[in-house]
Amino acid sequence: MSKTKMNSLPGPEDIHREVLPNGIVVLARPNFNSPSVSINGYIQTGSLFDPDDKLGLADFAASALTRGTANHSFDALYNELESVGASLGFDSGLHTTSFSGRALAEDLPLLLGLLSETARQPVFPDDEVEKLRNQLLTGLAIRMQDTSDMADITFDEILYHDHPYSRSEDGNPESIKAITRQDLVDYHHFGFGPRGMVIAVVGAIEPKEAVRLVHRAVGDWKNPDQRELPQLPELKLLDETVKHHYRIADKPQADIVIGTNGPLRKDPEYMAASLGNSILGQFGMMGRVGESVREKAGLAYYVYSSLSAGIGPGAWTVSAGVNPSNVKKAGDLIIKELKRIVKEAVTEEELSDSQANFIGRLPLAFESNSGVAGSLLSIERYDLGLDYYHRYPDLVRSVTASDVLEVARKYIAPDRLAIATAGP
Amino acid sequence: MLNTFTKTKLSNGLTILLKEIHTAPLISSWVWYRVGSRDEAPPLTGISHLVEHMQFKGTPQFPASVLDRAISRDGGMRNAFTFLDWTTYFETMPADKIDIALRLEADRMINSEFDEKEFSSERTVVISEREGDENEPMFRLGEAVQQAAFRIHSYHHEVIGDMADLKTMTRDDLYKHYRAYYVPNNAVMGVAGDFDTKDMLARIQELFESIPAGPIPPRLARPEPEQRGEVRLSVEGPGETVYTQVAYRFPPASHPDFFALSVLDSLLAGPSNLNMFGGGGISNKTSRLYRSLVDREFVVGLSGGSNVTVDPFLYQITLIIHPNKKPDEALAALDDEIKRVQADFVSKEEIARAIKQARANFAYGTENITNQAFWLGYSEMFADYKWFETYLEKMLKVTPKDVQRVAREYLRPQARVVGTYMPMGNGESE
Repeated sequence: MSKTKMNSLPGPEDIHREVLPNGIVVLARPNFNSPSVSINGYIQTGSLFDPDDKLGLADFAASALTRGTANHSFDALYNELESVGASLGFDSGLHTTSFSGRALAEDLPLLLGLLSETARQPVFPDDEVEKLRNQLLTGLAIRMQDTSDMADITFDEILYHDHPYSRSEDGNPESIKAITRQDLVDYHHFGFGPRGMVIAVVGAIEPKEAVRLVHRAVGDWKNPDQRELPQLPELKLLDETVKHHYRIADKPQADIVIGTNGPLRKDPEYMAASLGNSILGQFGMMGRVGESVREKAGLAYYVYSSLSAGIGPGAWTVSAGVNPSNVKKAGDLIIKELKRIVKEAVTEEELSDSQANFIGRLPLAFESNSGVAGSLLSIERYDLGLDYYHRYPDLVRSVTASDVLEVARKYIAPDRLAIATAGP
Repeated sequence: MLNTFTKTKLSNGLTILLKEIHTAPLISSWVWYRVGSRDEAPPLTGISHLVEHMQFKGTPQFPASVLDRAISRDGGMRNAFTFLDWTTYFETMPADKIDIALRLEADRMINSEFDEKEFSSERTVVISEREGDENEPMFRLGEAVQQAAFRIHSYHHEVIGDMADLKTMTRDDLYKHYRAYYVPNNAVMGVAGDFDTKDMLARIQELFESIPAGPIPPRLARPEPEQRGEVRLSVEGPGETVYTQVAYRFPPASHPDFFALSVLDSLLAGPSNLNMFGGGGISNKTSRLYRSLVDREFVVGLSGGSNVTVDPFLYQITLIIHPNKKPDEALAALDDEIKRVQADFVSKEEIARAIKQARANFAYGTENITNQAFWLGYSEMFADYKWFETYLEKMLKVTPKDVQRVAREYLRPQARVVGTYMPMGNGESE
C-alpha cells in the first residue's frame, strides 16, 4: 500500500556533521513534515563531580542555569520561551549534562540564543537559588514516598556499593541544604565548556543553516578552566545475593527491582545483551517475565526488564509492582526466569521475533524530531558511525542464540543478585 | 503535500475517517467505542476498563499470543485506553503491515472469547493496577474530589473503578457489557498515514461491513444539579507534602465557551496539551498563577487543565503547597488571581500568546502519524473532526471580553470543590 520512499533511516547521506573551531560537534538532519524543530545535546560535566557531602550539586546547578542569566531574569527568560510556545531545559547525568529544547522553526535563533546564555552566563541569583532549593527539597520528600523510585535507588546502592554509581544524582535533604550559591558558581566555572559538547538540530531547517545558527550562538565559547571528569574505578561485583528493603508505610503496592550489572554501550556484546533483554522482559507483552508474572500468575500490572548501558558499567534489571503480600512469589518467578536464561539458549523463534521487532520498529523511532536527535547523539557519544542505522539490520541479524546465552551467562549470576524492594 | 481526508459511514453504521499522510512509511489505525466509565453503575464500576483488558486476550482466530507476536514482530506499536466517555484501541504499523491490525480490530469487535481463566488472572492484574494508583497521593486526592463533585452523574467514579466492584464482577458481566457496546454503529474508526484512500476504504469494507449492527445502548446521563456552595474535603495519607486540588465546573468540549476557557487556562496555568502523543513540554513559569503562587512561594509547583468530555466536567488546578505555608494561604493567593481575571480585561497580547502556544503544540503533535490518526476519532467522541480543524480559528475569535465573561461564569467559588491531601508523616512512629 505504501507510496512513500521518504524518511528512510538516517545515514551519512542526510546526517550533516560539522566540528566548530572550539570543538563543539554539530549534527543536523532536516525534516520539513512539520514546522517544528528540536535541539538536543550534552555538555561534558555531571554528578561524578559531586562531593559526597554535596550530592546533587550538578543536578541543582543544571536546574539553576535557567534561573537567571547576565541578560535575562528568570521571569524574562521564560517569558521569551513561553510566549512562542518553545521549551528549554537542562538535566544532569553522571557523565554529562544534557539539554533539550523545542520551538517552531521560526524561533530557532531565539532558542539557540537562550541555550547559549543559560549554559555560559548563568548568574544564580540568591533568591532564585533559595526558591529552587525548596522545590528540590519537596521533590526529595515526594521521592521518598515513591516505591518505584526508592526501589531503584536501593538497587543502585546494592549493586554499585562503593562505586560512584551508587550515589543518588538528586542528592539527599542534608546535601541539598549544604550546597551554597558559591558552590554552584564554582561548579559551573570548571564544569561547563565547549570541549566535548555535542548538539543535534533536527526539524524544519536546512542543515547548513542549522550549523550557521549554532556557530553564531556558541562558536565563540571558550573555557580554559574546563576540567576532565574523574576516572571511574573498577566495579567490584557482588559475591553473594544481597537483599535490602526500604520501608514506606501505608502503601498498597510494593516495588521490586532484581538484577545485576551489564555491559557498556560500546561493548561488542551489547547487541546480544539487548536482544536477550528483549526476550527476557520486553517483546510483546513484556517478554518471558510478562508471560510468567502478569499473564499467567496475574500478580502485577507492570513487570519488565531493562538494560541500561552507557559510558560506565550498566545494569540489567527486572522491575515489578506488586501487592506487598506477593513480593516473595513475584520475586521467585522473576529469579526463575533469570535462571532459565542462563541455563539454556533462547529458542530460534524467540530470537527471530526480537530481531524482527528491533528492525521493524525503526521507522516509528525516527518519526519525531526528538527521536532522530536522540539517535544522532547516541551515534556520536558511542562512536557508532554515521552509517550505524544502515548497518543496524545486519548487526541485529548476526546475533545467534549462543551469543545471547554467552552474554547472559557473563552478566547474570542467579546466586549473586542485587534485590531491592520498597513498600510497607 | 495534499492530505486527502475522507469521512463516510458503512451500511452497518460504522463511521470511518481516513487521512492520507505521505511523510513516513507508516499507518496508524484507531477504533473508538462510545463506552467509558460514565456508562457504569455500581456494582460494575470499572467494567469498561476491564473489558478493554480482556480485548487483548484473543479470539478463536487470533489467540492472544499469536497476535502479540505478529504485531511486535512487524515493529508495530499498539495500545488501548479507557476514559470517562470512550474506549479506544490503536495500532501503528509499517505501512505494508497494516492489514493485520485491521483484521484484528474487525475480529475483536465481535469475536472475543472472554475466557474464564484468563479473566481470573486479569482481574488481579487490574486490582494491582489500582493498588499502584493508590500509592500516589494525587490519585487518592483526585478520586475524592471527583466523587464530591458528582453525586448524581456517573462521572462520580474513577475509570479504574472501585475495589469492591473489581473484586466481585463476573466474566458474564463483562461479556454482556462487551456485546452491548461493541457494535459497529456505536464505533468510529480513524486511520491516517501512507495509504491510498480508495484501497484502504475497500479493505475496511471487506473486513468490517459484515459485522451486524446492534441496538445502540442508551448512555447513562443523569445531569448533575447545580452546586450551591463550596465543598471542602481532606484526605489523609502517608508522606510530608501537602497537595490542594481546586475543581471548578466546566462545560463540555462542544460548548462554544470551550475556546475562551482554553485561552483562560493558558493565561492562568500555562497551555494544556491536548495531543495524546507528542506536543506538550511548554512550561508554565510565566503564567499568572506561577508568578503569584510559585514566585511568591505559596506553592512549589502547580498545574491546571480540564478534560475534554461529552457532559460538563471539571477544570482542576493542582497545587503542591510550599513546606513553610498553609494550604489556606495558597488558596487565598489563588483567589486573588481569579478575582483579577474576573475584574480586569486581559490584554490582547496575552490572548495572542495563548494562540501561539496552541499553534506550537499542534505543530509538535503533527510530527507523528499516531497522533494525527488519534485526532480523527477522538474529536468524533465529543464533537467532530471539524472541531479539531477549526480549533485555532475559534481561538482567534476570542476577545478580552469573552475571557472575562467565562472567568466570571465558570470560576465561581460557590460551585467548586477544594480538596487537600494532609500528609501524616512517614509512618516511622507507628
